[in-house]
Amino acid sequence: MSDLLRLQGIHKSFGNFAAVDGVDLTLPAGRLTAIIGPNGAGKTTLINLATGALSPDAGAIHFKGEAITHLATHDRVRKGVSRSFQIMNIFPRLSVLQNVLVPVLARRRRTLVPFSRLERETEGLAEAVRILRDVGLGDQQNIPAGALSHGDQRLLELGIAIAPAPELCFLDEPSSGLTPIERARVLELIRTLSVERHTTFAIVEHDMDVVFSLATWIVVMNRGRVLAEGSPAEVRENREVREVYLGEEAWA
Amino acid sequence: MGDRASRRLAVFTGLLVLGLFLLPLVAGQYPLYLTIQILILSVFSLGFNLLFGYTGLLSFGQAGFFAVGAYGCAKILLVAPNLLLGLAGGVGAAGAAALVLGILSVRHTRIYFSMLTLAFGMMIYSIAWKWRDVTGGDDGLVGIPRAPIEIPGFLSLSLATMERYYYVVLVLSLLAMLLMYRLVRSPLGLTLQAIRDSEARAEFAGVPVRTYRLIAFTIAGLYAGLAGALLPPLENTVTPPIAHWSTSAEPVLATLMGGIHTFGGPIVGAFLFFMLKDIIVRFTENWLIWLGAIVVTLVMGFRGGVVSIFAERFLAGGDAPARPEAT
Repeated sequence: MSDLLRLQGIHKSFGNFAAVDGVDLTLPAGRLTAIIGPNGAGKTTLINLATGALSPDAGAIHFKGEAITHLATHDRVRKGVSRSFQIMNIFPRLSVLQNVLVPVLARRRRTLVPFSRLERETEGLAEAVRILRDVGLGDQQNIPAGALSHGDQRLLELGIAIAPAPELCFLDEPSSGLTPIERARVLELIRTLSVERHTTFAIVEHDMDVVFSLATWIVVMNRGRVLAEGSPAEVRENREVREVYLGEEAWA
Repeated sequence: MGDRASRRLAVFTGLLVLGLFLLPLVAGQYPLYLTIQILILSVFSLGFNLLFGYTGLLSFGQAGFFAVGAYGCAKILLVAPNLLLGLAGGVGAAGAAALVLGILSVRHTRIYFSMLTLAFGMMIYSIAWKWRDVTGGDDGLVGIPRAPIEIPGFLSLSLATMERYYYVVLVLSLLAMLLMYRLVRSPLGLTLQAIRDSEARAEFAGVPVRTYRLIAFTIAGLYAGLAGALLPPLENTVTPPIAHWSTSAEPVLATLMGGIHTFGGPIVGAFLFFMLKDIIVRFTENWLIWLGAIVVTLVMGFRGGVVSIFAERFLAGGDAPARPEAT
């Protein structure tokens, strides 16, 4: 598997608190990775650093061999790194279709077009409709996104995240706040999208059922560092992981 | 909006525009003067609302660009009496000022952006007072001609009468409104609305948010500049108070009254602003207090502005760029 994203010696501190403390991590193409760890382990900070929301104090980030350490967020998106958010982040007052259309137009470099009607963006609109069908929101295109149920908003956020056609997509707690049925739907969708769209997903997740049913590789973080990584079976058997983070009952 | 509602709105707008073109046949000088003022504030407010209602940036400094447009146009007309040159110069100067100050302002959002724009606006106000050699200081610039429209060898149109100048302002304002209408319904308009809803999500959708904020700020500056440039040929004078922050408040008040979430809100608001002002000043000098009370009542009672009430009652749904969240 070729390396998509490579983090080398990444440090990020907030005051005296080292949120990410010397992380080396490689995400190969096609491997569904789950990043787990207790609250405050540095998981979301790591996503923020990889996607450009934060700049590292030290270290280097490469995407497909190219240094992106100091690249702006929107440029990283254009290169193929996308994400969803832990706290729901959609465009609530735009329609469901427009929510997905924005990243589609951005990728097609059509967002600067000043006086042409949106209806003329036929290719972009068709692509946005396809994405909505893929995430199961095909019949709710024209309602305001803020009016969707929580579960459907999660699906929409997934749609927005994959609309830039990313090669690598971080999902920050994609099952948070969902009912068991909605959660199953989201997991199935992630599996399907990773196959059909050839998108490599890296998810941050607290729900161990989700992690072990979805991930083929698990990275365990604790206090800003990578404690262990490996296949689900290897992580499950790792004594240090059991002691520091998960506790015996989580493996039962 | 449904087809039927769209047709109703189109007919209403068509009749309104027709009425505006026929107005000089039935109205005297003062109604024409008042309508010109309404049209100027409409253009000013539409630019402001591109920033506020569509991009989510509340600027308190738009009077600065209004003044740059007015002074720029006035200076040119005093030297080269051709309205086209005056307007082009005023709009260009305001756009350039907005671009430069925008680079500094759009790095920030929310209250920090608002305070920065207020500060820049007041700096322009100070320059208008102090740079006597250029601006005439507290005397302002006087004797500005209502210069003709001239294209050498092709056209020379005198605008000496109020009626003719009215038509110039009407055509330019309608053109500015049409362009803005197209803009907010374009991919660029959608992108600005996405930034308003969530700048982080927009950035992660691949949109360089700061660049787009600067574009919106510059366009708003161009609209303020056009509005400002249309004023000197009407008044024949320009004085520093047009750069004061209270002038910046006019498009804010007009937009809040008309409604920030509808395209026509700022235009209806501009009409209401001058109508209310015209009525209230007949009874009291303290017209701003009464206008303020009316604005407070409208904002607290009808958060969507007057247009949203009209849209709900008569059109069965507005042309809202931003509908309230239903959650």
